[in-house]
Amino acid sequence: MSDDLMVPEPVRVLSRQQELETTWTLELEAGQASRGPCLPGQFNMLYVFGVGEVPISVSGDTVQSETLVHTVRAVGPVSRKLAALKPMEIVGLRGPFGVGWPMTQSEGSDLLIVAGGLGLAPLRSAVYHVLRNREKYGRIILLYGTRSPNDILYSPQLEEWNQRPDFEVHITVDHADSDWQGMIGVVPALVPTLGFDPEDTVAMVCGPEIMMRFTVNALRDAGVEDEAIFLSMERNMKCALGHCGHCQFGATFVCKDGPVLPFDRVRGLLSLKEF
Amino acid sequence: MKDIAQIVGEHPFFQGLESDFCNLVCGCARNVRFNPGEYLFHEGGDANHMFLIRYGQVALEVAVPGKPAVSFQTLHDGDLVGVSWILPPYHWAYDARAITLTRAIAMDAHCLRKKCDDDPVLGYEVLKRLLPILTSRLHATQMQILDVYGAPEPPE
Repeated sequence: MSDDLMVPEPVRVLSRQQELETTWTLELEAGQASRGPCLPGQFNMLYVFGVGEVPISVSGDTVQSETLVHTVRAVGPVSRKLAALKPMEIVGLRGPFGVGWPMTQSEGSDLLIVAGGLGLAPLRSAVYHVLRNREKYGRIILLYGTRSPNDILYSPQLEEWNQRPDFEVHITVDHADSDWQGMIGVVPALVPTLGFDPEDTVAMVCGPEIMMRFTVNALRDAGVEDEAIFLSMERNMKCALGHCGHCQFGATFVCKDGPVLPFDRVRGLLSLKEF
Repeated sequence: MKDIAQIVGEHPFFQGLESDFCNLVCGCARNVRFNPGEYLFHEGGDANHMFLIRYGQVALEVAVPGKPAVSFQTLHDGDLVGVSWILPPYHWAYDARAITLTRAIAMDAHCLRKKCDDDPVLGYEVLKRLLPILTSRLHATQMQILDVYGAPEPPE
């Protein structure tokens, strides 16, 4: 094991933006150039000194090589401290790690991007890539589901993308009051309403695992092939190098072989309890 | 201008129904229109109709004491609104409010139930079309109850 990959590099927080009540986006220095560029769907290990380390997906435009953007929900001891970091404070950085979204493999196809809750963060970097290379992809549809209108992540950006003639955005929430004029219901229910070509579509899905399972069922019912469905799995990544086994998912190490995995590789494991 | 038989026959709920059956159910149908904010029905009211949306958007909602009503589902073009008409005691279980201008087919529930009772083959056809809708709404409700987007405490 290379020492370099296990030692966090101190980098500065450049900016911090509140997205939702408990969700913040941090812009960090990218650190060493030798680290290599991040790819959409990859993650970094972010270390709050003296507290702990957590895996956080890249949520920014991966072409911006001088900075790294991560969106963090403050839910545990480490992520709470991480989300509270102020500009110029220091955080430890290891990465990038893992296999990202199949951006090159998907060229020439239609893309169905399905996000639930904070799952939009790892997919945002894929959206940036697609918009930067718009001519390489066919029809692009983004489905986003979340709890309520107050929980819509990157709301202004979703609105901006929806204004584009070459990008479709469909947002649905689990519940809302009467001020909400949009859709209410679960994301998988939107799949049959889209009228897309399942044989020429690559689906990228990220969200809570239950939502992904229901979405995969809807995609398969619509005729999307298993090998054209990609999921970003979330597990307890620790070493991020496939050595410690904390994130083992059957024969797969989510940190090294994922976090983005084709559905046909995890098909048998998704519905198992206590995985 | 389309007549009611064409409109009913083209709606996804009745699409593919044998023409004899289609003519039969058309006798229970009429066109209705709801302006934004107008209610199709209210919780506890008599479920005298089944509504088939031609176009528009309808929110299903429940009243919460002391708070604004909570919407838990929206229905759109081609969807069916209201299933309480088929099961006694035929009372609506929630409110349905038009969000946008909504045009729909209102099927008279007494009329449709009688025709289904009189001809079990028609009744079975109608049930076969209702059941997938009920099943998919049940699955959706399961996901909503699980509140999957709530933040779990991670093993940090």
